[in-house]
Amino acid sequence: MIPAAFDYVRATSLDDALKRLATAGGGAKAIAGGQSLLPLMKLRLARPETLVDIGRLAELKGVHRLPDGRVAVGALTTYDEMLRDPILRHYGLLADAIPNIGDVQVRNRGTIGGSIAHADPASDMPAILLALDAEVVARSSRAERVIPITSFFEGAFASVLHDDELITEVRLPGGRDDVGSAYRAIEQPASGYSIAGVAAVVGAHDGTGWRYCAVGVTGVGDHPYRAAAVEKAVIGGESLAQAAAHATDGVTVASDIHADREYRTHVASVQVLRALEAAIARLG
Amino acid sequence: MVAHVSLTVNGKPREVDVEPRRLLVQLLREDLDLTGTHVGCDTSQCGACTVHVDGKAVKSCTMLAVQADGTTVTTIEGMATAEGLHPLQAAFWEHHGLQCGFCTPGMIMAAADLLARTTEPTDAEIRHAIEGNFCRCTGYQNIVTAIRAAAVVMRTGVAAPSGAVQGGM
Amino acid sequence: MAIDMLGKRVKRVEDQRLISGAGRYVDDIKLQSMAHCAILRSPYAHALIRGIDTSKARLMPGVLDVMIGADIPYNPLPMAWPAGGSAGLRNNVNTPRALATDSVKWTGEGVAAVIAETPEQALDALEAIVVGYDPLPAVVDAEKATLAGAPQLHENAPNNIVFEWAVGDKAGTAAAVDAADVVVRQRLVNQRLIPNPMETRGDIGLYNPGTDEYTIWMSSQTPHIQRLLLAAFVMGVPEHKIRCISPDVGGAFGTKIFTYADYPIVLLASKRLGGRPVKWIEGRRENYQATIHGRDHITYLEVAGKRDGEVTAIRVKTFANLGGRLSTIGPGIPTTLYARVLSGCYRIPHVYAEVVGVYTNTVFVDAYRGAGRPEATYVIERAMDLFANEIGMDRAEVRRRNFIAPEGFPYENPSGLGTASGGAKIYIDSGNYEPAMDKALEMAGYAGIEKAKAAARARGKYLGIGQSSYLEVCGVAPSKWIGAVGEGWGAAMWESANIKVHLTGKVVITMGTQPQGQGHETTYAQIIGHELGIPMEDIVVQHSDTQGTPFGYGSYGSRTSSVGSTAAIKAAAKIREKARRYAAHMLEASVEDIEVEGANYFVKGSPEVKKTFQEIAFALDLAFDAPEGMEPYLDETAYYDTPNCTWPFGTHVALVEVDEATGQVELVRYVAVDDVGNKINPMIVDGQLHGGIVQGVGQALWEGAVYSDDGQLLSGSMLDYAIPRASWLPTLELDETVTPSPVNPLGVKGVGEAGAIASTAAVANAVNDALKPFGVKHLDMPLTPQVVWKAMQSTKGAQA
Repeated sequence: MIPAAFDYVRATSLDDALKRLATAGGGAKAIAGGQSLLPLMKLRLARPETLVDIGRLAELKGVHRLPDGRVAVGALTTYDEMLRDPILRHYGLLADAIPNIGDVQVRNRGTIGGSIAHADPASDMPAILLALDAEVVARSSRAERVIPITSFFEGAFASVLHDDELITEVRLPGGRDDVGSAYRAIEQPASGYSIAGVAAVVGAHDGTGWRYCAVGVTGVGDHPYRAAAVEKAVIGGESLAQAAAHATDGVTVASDIHADREYRTHVASVQVLRALEAAIARLG
Repeated sequence: MVAHVSLTVNGKPREVDVEPRRLLVQLLREDLDLTGTHVGCDTSQCGACTVHVDGKAVKSCTMLAVQADGTTVTTIEGMATAEGLHPLQAAFWEHHGLQCGFCTPGMIMAAADLLARTTEPTDAEIRHAIEGNFCRCTGYQNIVTAIRAAAVVMRTGVAAPSGAVQGGM
Repeated sequence: MAIDMLGKRVKRVEDQRLISGAGRYVDDIKLQSMAHCAILRSPYAHALIRGIDTSKARLMPGVLDVMIGADIPYNPLPMAWPAGGSAGLRNNVNTPRALATDSVKWTGEGVAAVIAETPEQALDALEAIVVGYDPLPAVVDAEKATLAGAPQLHENAPNNIVFEWAVGDKAGTAAAVDAADVVVRQRLVNQRLIPNPMETRGDIGLYNPGTDEYTIWMSSQTPHIQRLLLAAFVMGVPEHKIRCISPDVGGAFGTKIFTYADYPIVLLASKRLGGRPVKWIEGRRENYQATIHGRDHITYLEVAGKRDGEVTAIRVKTFANLGGRLSTIGPGIPTTLYARVLSGCYRIPHVYAEVVGVYTNTVFVDAYRGAGRPEATYVIERAMDLFANEIGMDRAEVRRRNFIAPEGFPYENPSGLGTASGGAKIYIDSGNYEPAMDKALEMAGYAGIEKAKAAARARGKYLGIGQSSYLEVCGVAPSKWIGAVGEGWGAAMWESANIKVHLTGKVVITMGTQPQGQGHETTYAQIIGHELGIPMEDIVVQHSDTQGTPFGYGSYGSRTSSVGSTAAIKAAAKIREKARRYAAHMLEASVEDIEVEGANYFVKGSPEVKKTFQEIAFALDLAFDAPEGMEPYLDETAYYDTPNCTWPFGTHVALVEVDEATGQVELVRYVAVDDVGNKINPMIVDGQLHGGIVQGVGQALWEGAVYSDDGQLLSGSMLDYAIPRASWLPTLELDETVTPSPVNPLGVKGVGEAGAIASTAAVANAVNDALKPFGVKHLDMPLTPQVVWKAMQSTKGAQA
C-alpha cells in the first residue's frame, strides 16, 4: 500500500525535467498522472530513487492541429481532456475506447504520454495509436526524435524510450473522410484491461475493395502490435471474417488465468472482425 | 526527505510537511484527520478513497500528497453546507443507498463528478460512472436510484417522494 | 402519540454519520502514542521454517519490536465447531498459531510481526527480516489431497483428512437409487470465493499495566464471542480482564465472525511495549491471504427418481476444502449447515450425504454469506434441473411435483436436520412454496420463454432462463438443539437485550448483537418504539462493546431479526410491566385494572385518568414515592433462546444471454420473489436482498479464487479477483409472498443471506439452459466467457 521511500522533485520546465533525468542515470522516473506508475510503486514492484514530477509542465498539455493537418496531442493530456476535445471527437475509435479506459477517476488523472511510456501489454491506447499510425515525439537533453508508434513497443512494459527521454507529444494523422474507425475489446473483468482489444481503421474503397486498412491489437501478445496479416488480407480482398482469422499470425499469444492461449486467440479474431465491421459501418 | 504541501481542503488552507511517498489519502486521513475518505484496496481499484481534486474525482490512494500541492481538494466532509446535506448525501439516505457505509464517501464523490458533467444521466450512464467504485453491500441498485434522484433534485430543486419515512435523528 | 414505525420504510438512523464521513471504523481510531504493526507472511504454500533472522529489522528506523512465533506464549487459535464432535466423531484438528513456529501451510500464513512508530516504518522493516524456508510439495485441491501420494500437511491427519462425516439413511438411499427409473450423476465444483467486505479487517490492541487489563478494537461480528475465545483458549487471561470493542464495521459477510491471529499479536505487542496501543490494519492483498475464504466444495451428486417427475433420492459425496489449518467453525459449515439442508424445499424421501473435510495448502475456509446453504442450494437446484432435463420434463413442473405441500408442515427432512436427543428438535415449521414460484415465473415471462429465445437467436444470442427455489434455515438457533444435536458446536445461541429508561423518558437499548451494515440501530428502535409507544428519536441503540452491553452471540446466520429482536421485545415487555405496576401505584388502582395503549397507562374504562411513560419513568427514577418492595428505575434485561430456527424461502429467476462468438454472458433480467415473513423495515429487507443476490451472481459469473498447483494465489488482488461492478447488472425485480414465521412474535424470518443463497443457482441454471442447444449438460462456475465458449466448441454447433 505504501511505496518505498524516494526523493521527489517537481520539474519547473521541460528542460529542467530532462536535465534531472539525464543526471539521475536511470535511478529517476518521470511521473505525471501516476495512474500506471503509482500502483506499481505501492506494490513496491517499482522502486525509483527519485521521482521527477512533470505533471505541471503546461507546454506538454493540450491538443492542437499542426500546419500540415495532423493533430498533436500533448503528452500530459488526460483521457478526460481527450474525451472532451472537439478535434479528437471526430476519431470514432477514440470515442469508442476512451470512455472505457480505466474508470472516471483514472481518466481524470491518466495521460496519453504516461500510458504509452508505461507500455502495458494490455492497455488500450497503444492499439489505437498503432491503428492510427501515430508518431511519438520523444525528447532528451541530448536530442528530440520522432518515433513511429509501430516501432515503439518492444515487449511487456518495454519500449524504445530511453531512461533520459520524455514523451512530449503524440501526433495523429488528420481526419480523412474516406476511412472509418472503431475500437472493440473484451475486458478482463477484474482489472478492466483488455484480454483482446482491437482498433481498426478501414476505408478508401475503390469500387472493388478496401484500399486502406490498419489494425492495432492489444492484450494478446507481449506488446501491442499491428495485425499486418489482417490488413493484407482485407486489402487483398478476402472477406472480413477470413481476414480476422489472421489476427494473431506470427504472435506468441499470452495465456493467464482469465484467458488461455486458445480462447485469447479466438476472441482476438472476433474483436478484429467486430472492429472492422464497426469501422466500415461508420463510413455510412 | 520532507516536502512541504500547501493545499485547500474543504475550503480551508492547509500546510503539511510530508515524506514524498505519502499518498494524498494518508495526508487527508492521518495528517488532517479527515477519516471519511477510506482505503479499501491496495491496487487502485475500489474507489473508496475517491475525493475531488480541482473539481474532478480522483483516487486519493493513487496520487502523492506532493502532487496535490497547490490544489483544491474536496472530501466527503466538505460536501454538506450550512444549509444542509448535499443532494447526493440526502438521496443516499432517502433511498437506502448505503449499508455498511464504507464505500459511501467515495461513491458520493464519484457520483458528484458525474452530476457535474451531466444533469440528466440515464441509469446506464450512472452505472458506468461508478465503475471505479466497488460496493459489496447494496448490489448497487439503491445507489443508482439515489444518484438518479439526486440528479432530479439538483436539476429541479424538488425531491421526488421515495416512500421512506423519517425515523430517529 | 408517537407514530408507529414498525413495518415502515424508515430512513436509517446510522446513515447520518455514514454519509457525512463521520463513521468510525477501526482504522479511523487514533490513540495517544499508538504504534503500528505489520505482519510478514509466507511466500510459500508449504515449507518448514529453518530460522528467522530479525536482527537487521530491529535496527531499522522507528522499529520498536519484532516478534516471531517463539516469542508468543499463547495457545493456538481455537476451533469451536468440530464436525459431529460431541457425537464422538474424530476431527484431526490443527489451528493456526498467532505466528507460525515450525512450518507454514499456506501462502500468507504469518511468520513475524514488526511494531514501529509508523505504518511505513513497519512495512519497511518487514523487508529486512530474513526467513529460512525449506519448501515442501503443496496440494491445493481437496479431492487430490486425499489421494495416495499427496503431500501431507499434518502428522495427525493422514491423507489430509480432517473428518469423514455422514448423514441420512445410507442403506435406504442406496436402495432407492438402485430402484429408480432414472439416476443422473454429476460432478459439481462450488468454487472457492474471497468474500471481500469493502473494509478489510483491523485491530488495535491496548494493554493497561495499571489494571492488567486488555482492550481490543476489532472489526468483528462477534465481540462477545471473541472475548470468550481469547480468554478461554488463547491468552490464558480471564474473561473479565479483556474488553472487545467493534466500532463501525465496513461489511463482513461472515469473515468477521472468527478468531484471527492478529488479535493476540496486537494485544501482546501492546503489553511488550508497556501499554502503548498497537494498530494493525489489513491490506487488501493481505486480506486475500489472512482472512477466510468461502465455499470450495467438490461434490459427486446422484439424483434418482421416476419418469413422472418424482425425485426419490439424493446421494452426494462432498470434499470440503478447509485450508491449511482450521478456522474457528470451518468444519461446521459443510456438515450441519450444508448436508443437513440438502433436500431444500423438496419432499425427497431418501437423502444421504458423506462429507470429507480436507486440509490443503490454501487459506482457511469458513462461513461466507449463506455458509453451507448456498452450497446446498446449488446442489439441489442443479439436481432439479439435471433431473428434469434427463426425463424431458419442464423444470418448474418437476419442482412443483416435489415441493413439500403447504399442509405438510411441520416437516422433518431425511438428512437429519432435526436429529437430536433430549427432545430438542428443529423442524421446518411453515412454508408455501408454489405461490412464490408461480409469481416469479409469471414476472419473468416463463410461459413465453420459447418465443423470447427465438427472438434472441435472431440477434445472435442464446437466451437462457434458470430458477432457484430455495429454502433457508436461519434465525439460528435453539441452544438446546445446538447442545443436543451432536454436531459439536461449542457455544449456545441465545441473545440478549437491556433497556434503560432515563428520568426524562429517553431510552437506551444495549444489545448483544453486532451490526455490519444491516441497520440495527434503526430496526431495534422501530421495534422498541412500537413496544413502548415512544418516538424513535427518543431511543438510542448501543452495541458492540463487551463493556456495557449484555453478552450476546453476535450477528451472523440471519439471526438478529429473529433472535435479537425477540430479546428486545422481551426486555420491553418487562419495562412495560414494571411501568404498569408503578402506574397502578400512581393512579391508586390495582395493577389488573391498568391498561396500556402506546405510552399511556390508564385505568380501565377511564383513559383520561392516565400516566404517560415519561411521567412514570421520571417518578420511578426519583423514587420519592416508590411503594414498598419496588426497586427504583426502569432498567430491564432479557435473554431469549429461540425454540426453532426460521425458514425463509422463495424462487429467483434469472435470464441470461450468451454471445455465441465470445461466450460472454449478460444477465439481462433478475426476478426474485422472497418470503421472509413479516418485515420490520421493508427498505432494509430489499437492500439485504439486492446485495445478497449480487454476491451470488458474482459467484455464478465472475468470482473465483484461483491457486496454482504449487499454492500461489493467482487471483491475489482485486486486479485478478472480479468483484461485480454496477455496469454489469440489470435492475433487480423484487416481489414477495408473506408467510409470517410462527417462531417469534414479530413473525420475521431473517434476510441477510437469502439473496446469496438463491441467486448463484438461478444464474448457473440459466446459463446451462442457454447452452442446452449445444448439448451442454453442466458447466462449473464461474461461467466466464472462456468456460462458456469452450463448452460451445466441444459440441460443435447448435442443434436447435
